[in-house]
Amino acid sequence: MLSWTIYISFAGALLQTLLPKGNPALARWFGLLFAVAGLAIAVAGFAAGMGHGLEVVTDLPWVPAMGIHYLLAADGISRVLVLLTGLASVAGVLFSWNIDLRTNQFFAFYLALIGGVYGVFLSYDLFLLFVFYEIAIVPKYFLIAIWGSTRREYGAMKLALYSFVGSAMVLIGLLASYAASGSRSTGLVALAHAQLPAHFQMWCFPLVFVGFAILAGMWPFHTWAPTGHVAAPTAASMLLAGVVMKLGAYGCLRVAMGLYPHGLDPWGFSFLGLGSWRDVFALLAIIGIVYGALVALAQTDFKFVIGYSSVSHMGFVLLGLMTLNQLGVTGAVLQMFSHGVIAGLLFAIVGRIVYERTHTRQFAELEPMHLSRRLPFAAWAFVFAGVASMGLPGFSGFVAELQILIGAWQAKPWWTIAAGLGIVIGVAYTWRAMQRGFFSDVVPTAHELEEERHHPLAPITWPEYAGVALLGFATLAVGLYPRILLDSIEPAVKALLAGGVQ
Amino acid sequence: MNYPDFYSALFRATLPETALEVAALLVLVVDLGLLRKAASSTRTVVAALVGVAGCSAAIWGVYAAGWAGISAGSDVLLSAGGSAGVAQIAILALTALTLLLLIDSSFTRHPGEFVAVVLMSAAGGLLISAAQDLLVIFVGLELLSLGLYILCAFAKHSGQSAEASLKYYLFGGMSAAFLLFGFSYLYGLSGSTNLSQVALGTYFAAAHGGTPLLLIALVMIAAGLGFKVAAVPFHLWAPDTYEGAPVPAAAFIASVSKVASFALLISISTAALHFLDNLLFKTNATFFGFADAWRLILILLAVASMLVGNLAALAQISVRRLLAYSAMAHAGYILLGLAYFSSSNLSAAAILYYVLTYGLTTIGAFGVIAVVEKATGSNRLDAFLGLQKRNPLLASILLILFLSLAGIPPLVGFWAKFNLFAAVLHSSSGALPISLVALAIAMSAVSLYYYLQVLKRAFVLPAVDDTPIHAHPVTMTVLLFIAAAIVALGCFPALLQNWIASFYLGW
Amino acid sequence: MNLLPGIPILTLITVLPLFGAAIALVWGKHARGVALITGFLSLVLALIIWTRIPASGAIGLVERSAWVPSLGIEYHLGVDGLGALMVLLSAIVALMSIDAAHRVHPKPNLYYGLVLALESGLFGAFTALNFFHWFIFWELSLIPAFFLIKLWGGPKRGPAATQFFIYTMVGSVALLISFLALFLSTGTMDFGNLTAMAQTGALTSAVNAHLGPVMLWLALGVLAGFAVKVPLAPFHTWLPAAYAEAPSPVTMLLTGAMSKMGVYGLLRIAIPIFGVQIAQIRTPLLVLAVITVVMGAWAAAAQKDLKRVFAYSSINHLGYCLLAIFALAVPATGAATLASQAIALNGIILQMFNHGITAAALFWFIAMIQFRSGGLRGIDDFGGLRKPAPVFAGLMGIALFSSLGLPGLNGFVGEFLIFRGVFPLAWVAASVSVLGLLVTVIVILTVIQKVFTGPVSEHWAGFPDLHASERMALAPIIALMLLIGLVPQLIVDSINPTVVNLLAHWRF
Repeated sequence: MLSWTIYISFAGALLQTLLPKGNPALARWFGLLFAVAGLAIAVAGFAAGMGHGLEVVTDLPWVPAMGIHYLLAADGISRVLVLLTGLASVAGVLFSWNIDLRTNQFFAFYLALIGGVYGVFLSYDLFLLFVFYEIAIVPKYFLIAIWGSTRREYGAMKLALYSFVGSAMVLIGLLASYAASGSRSTGLVALAHAQLPAHFQMWCFPLVFVGFAILAGMWPFHTWAPTGHVAAPTAASMLLAGVVMKLGAYGCLRVAMGLYPHGLDPWGFSFLGLGSWRDVFALLAIIGIVYGALVALAQTDFKFVIGYSSVSHMGFVLLGLMTLNQLGVTGAVLQMFSHGVIAGLLFAIVGRIVYERTHTRQFAELEPMHLSRRLPFAAWAFVFAGVASMGLPGFSGFVAELQILIGAWQAKPWWTIAAGLGIVIGVAYTWRAMQRGFFSDVVPTAHELEEERHHPLAPITWPEYAGVALLGFATLAVGLYPRILLDSIEPAVKALLAGGVQ
Repeated sequence: MNYPDFYSALFRATLPETALEVAALLVLVVDLGLLRKAASSTRTVVAALVGVAGCSAAIWGVYAAGWAGISAGSDVLLSAGGSAGVAQIAILALTALTLLLLIDSSFTRHPGEFVAVVLMSAAGGLLISAAQDLLVIFVGLELLSLGLYILCAFAKHSGQSAEASLKYYLFGGMSAAFLLFGFSYLYGLSGSTNLSQVALGTYFAAAHGGTPLLLIALVMIAAGLGFKVAAVPFHLWAPDTYEGAPVPAAAFIASVSKVASFALLISISTAALHFLDNLLFKTNATFFGFADAWRLILILLAVASMLVGNLAALAQISVRRLLAYSAMAHAGYILLGLAYFSSSNLSAAAILYYVLTYGLTTIGAFGVIAVVEKATGSNRLDAFLGLQKRNPLLASILLILFLSLAGIPPLVGFWAKFNLFAAVLHSSSGALPISLVALAIAMSAVSLYYYLQVLKRAFVLPAVDDTPIHAHPVTMTVLLFIAAAIVALGCFPALLQNWIASFYLGW
Repeated sequence: MNLLPGIPILTLITVLPLFGAAIALVWGKHARGVALITGFLSLVLALIIWTRIPASGAIGLVERSAWVPSLGIEYHLGVDGLGALMVLLSAIVALMSIDAAHRVHPKPNLYYGLVLALESGLFGAFTALNFFHWFIFWELSLIPAFFLIKLWGGPKRGPAATQFFIYTMVGSVALLISFLALFLSTGTMDFGNLTAMAQTGALTSAVNAHLGPVMLWLALGVLAGFAVKVPLAPFHTWLPAAYAEAPSPVTMLLTGAMSKMGVYGLLRIAIPIFGVQIAQIRTPLLVLAVITVVMGAWAAAAQKDLKRVFAYSSINHLGYCLLAIFALAVPATGAATLASQAIALNGIILQMFNHGITAAALFWFIAMIQFRSGGLRGIDDFGGLRKPAPVFAGLMGIALFSSLGLPGLNGFVGEFLIFRGVFPLAWVAASVSVLGLLVTVIVILTVIQKVFTGPVSEHWAGFPDLHASERMALAPIIALMLLIGLVPQLIVDSINPTVVNLLAHWRF
């Protein structure tokens, strides 16, 4: 049943291209219809699969001569991420309600991207996973290049090329593994059981891991992220930060860590205190956490703050993965979901609700506007989202970050301290953004007051309310009752850590 | 030798070529005789259709020729089935598509001659695909090449066309000379012109210290054949030819000539390898034989082509020249596949798959360029501005074609690359093949940039001129067919793969 | 009162204000009415809870279910005498605060929504028995408080709110880190479990085994979190600005209830779990407590703004609680010590309740003064208000005398018991702290003299007295002050079993 998320999305994309051009409303409603259908299936699939382990959805021979199967399967982790994709896709459509330029093409690319993402999360054949992973690249380019804002062509090209280079690295690993395992099959399970030699895994693991980590925004390959997020239209930023970066992290977990577990073994020698790829990537993750947070603290553009905060939060995910223990990895997966929702909410508020009305994202220009008075919904929604992003208890981020911190402590105590620093700085930059963006004390000049009176800001529309409610509900629900997701994630992580891909 | 049997077998084996020649003559008769007074467009249509009919007949001929091939004594002259059969059918199909592109063109008032020359060149291509004898190879190569030089110059009112043809001819003549020189050395070393005999003979010659001569011979041959496939550093003709030749001619050069040349290279590589398999007495050969030298040369050509092709394409502003440089890059990938040639049919099948689908995509690309050129008068990047508004269907087809060239799934270009690299890694493991594949994939990633430049003009940047572009229905049909094929074959790669495999198993 | 068993009353009381907040947000026109009703209902529930605490002093009305077992997180609520009293205090103070705030401008619905949310946070924090749950409410109460100061406060509200937020946040971080460390060592976040482990010494062993000899550092982290909240000098610098800039009804909440969260935290969390460590650093802590007491009083004497006077006075009054807490951190060597500890602890709890009521009432009066004077609240701005507003002067006088510690009023009982308990345990500290008592007397008398007595200036001749509705609202509070002052057994009898129970579980 879960595979229908993929088919519906692509069918929707195709339908969008056939819709008549001058009718944006039609395109929007169809887009919403397909996104909601995808979400409904995702929820139903999630509920049906709760308590079950790995379930095969579809298994068809594709190129039998080479052992490639069209193999779709879902375990707890996949189901959670499919659910995230459903939420983010519906919210994205709602926040794109005001797009008037080439609307049907926008939703065509959007739905194609969603379909690709669903495909990655459900693929259990490495070739198929790669196909869906690459399918997702091209729509991203066009979404940003055509409908984006600041430096959109540059941002789009940078994003596309970085993603493509990352996937090229994965392709090399895929081909090498396929050949090394005897060219018999590209199934994830088969490759995991192929017992690839340890020295092979030792070079293949970092290659594939870095390939995926580029998309996950690991420092220092993260530079596409802030530019890309800022350039992208709101829905695309929501998807990019919310879901697409998770594709990279998912690939790191499912493929790199699942197929090449020996790549994380100690090298036998130590270089600058690093003794294995695990140490290297954990260090890079921590640098990403702290660097992302510090840079976010210094930004003058609202959206850049959120963009860099995404880099910082993804650092948490990668750190959690590198802990290699139950708590840490579970926390990483939960953080994927949590940050996906929260980042989506933040970008929606800053991009769609504020920027579309004020046409500026610079703090210096936003401060005199007193948005807490003129756009109270945006201000309070941002407080809600900002508090969630800080990791305050009661929201999904707290449990995730707590698990990662504890898991990190169990692995290497200094990781926890460095990561904790990132959380503290996170409070600081979120606070600063909230203050300067919405609740500043700057007294407006008489001229600005005149402007206010003559140009009132547009009222909040129903899709914006709905989108905020959807995402807000998600983060609150998971924050108050994390068991909803943890019950699915924990057994899957346990299986993955125990025996590679199960 | 029993001549009656020989000539009947020869007739049977060369049914496809015969069909093409007959069609060529028929076209000339119809065009120059019957339709003398007719309008230019009618003549073009009729000529093209007759040509297509000829190709169809020739395809039937390939199947009718059976598995026999033709041998003089124990030396195989022309093989059949296997890579020869695949290549021949590919050549004929691509020729037919190219001829259909002719229908919308107006660069010549002699369509009959054009089609005739195309068919004769195609016949040359068919010969090369099946040839197993050095002299037959040369004859076929010349038949193909001379036709191509003429086709290139057909746009008599275009100075660019003439210049391109001249460059192509001079370069081609020189490389043909090199080729023949190399062949003569091979004959000298081995005492035979049959490929398998040559491989065996040079093996023994190398064992007795003839390696330097062998190397020279192989380098010459590589120069000659490298020219045909536009491998670096024998590529200098390609940008000008792609830019100057009329669209059907350029499409023909870019697709059919490539298929034929690579089929020839497959034959040579197969001969070099199969001989080693059939060696009656195994010795501890530590000398540098045919296979090793050949592999080294191919690797060098491949790396150079991949690097120069992709990097130079980044700087192009003319889409035709961009395609030329990208052709070099693709040639580089295929040469890599040839360098690591496995003795099973895996590599051959992968190479044929790649070059067939690449040829298809290239014809489509040229078709789109033809439409845009006709409407805007230029083939620069800026001519594509706002294409999605002026002709959305054409823009979508362009999207599919270029993404396939870049290697984005689920289009066939991706599968072709994957298949090829998988075959390379399957046939030999080790750091060098993996590094070369890594380089190829990295270069492929670079290529996305310049393909996106064209797509960016078409989809992202605002149009300079808003008027709709109309394409001829036949051209549009051909393009749609190609685009659909690319998507379908990409989603269901097994289709084409199984068809190719059937040639190795006996249909 | 009869109540059906099985109703999760603690969850109910925590969630009720949130419902009220949601309704108030939406139904803006009647936001105050909704808030009043919610506050009243909460008070009823709090009284019910107060009457149903176990007589043995143990934790009762327990609600418990698993939440995130892998992290040792449980939904665990319960109250003993201390918790129930704090819940009752919160309900009373919240109701007072809502009543004091009429004509809120702008956005009254948001204001009342935030106040109710804050009330919910208080209830949650006072009933939680698992760190995660408790920490949620501790943190979440920050947000409404911040916005209440920031959006409706005085001219310098921005920096005051920010300072308030940052100080409390930093303290919370220290708390969180310490508790994380505890969890890592023991695998539990439950207060009861941790207390039991601390009693036997198993906690220190576990921490030493897992993390090394960091127990003292953890204790300091926890103390830091509460030291900011109460506050303990020198972490008090956020308080005067925050109290002064916040609108007076919000200050009522801040001083009446939120500061008690800090003291409650010390009693529920810091002492039970880190008793040994606190005993080790008892002397420096006593010094800080004494400084808090004395400095609070002296600084109050120097203030010109009424709100700041009572802000510093709050620091002083809560300093007595801190003094007592640190004083009783000695191993119980004999019955006498135990008795003193019990007395001191009773005093602390009483002082918490009494100061809460009294301080809230005082700020209510200040709010009324400010309203009637058009915004003025300087100590020198007024004079002889006794004449035009005798009832006002009388009732505020009672509250002022209670703050001073006059016997017969509620403020005396807590301070008396504290000093009674502390003198045997730490006589030096107690002696020096008496200075605070004396200076407070001077401060309060000065206020009375400057504001109420003396010649009436022309300006204030028309100072309106209390209306009937205000008298009705204030009457119960004043009555309560008198009641508890005269019959303190009403409370002491109920909390003494809790005190004994707590002391039995504490180990120094």
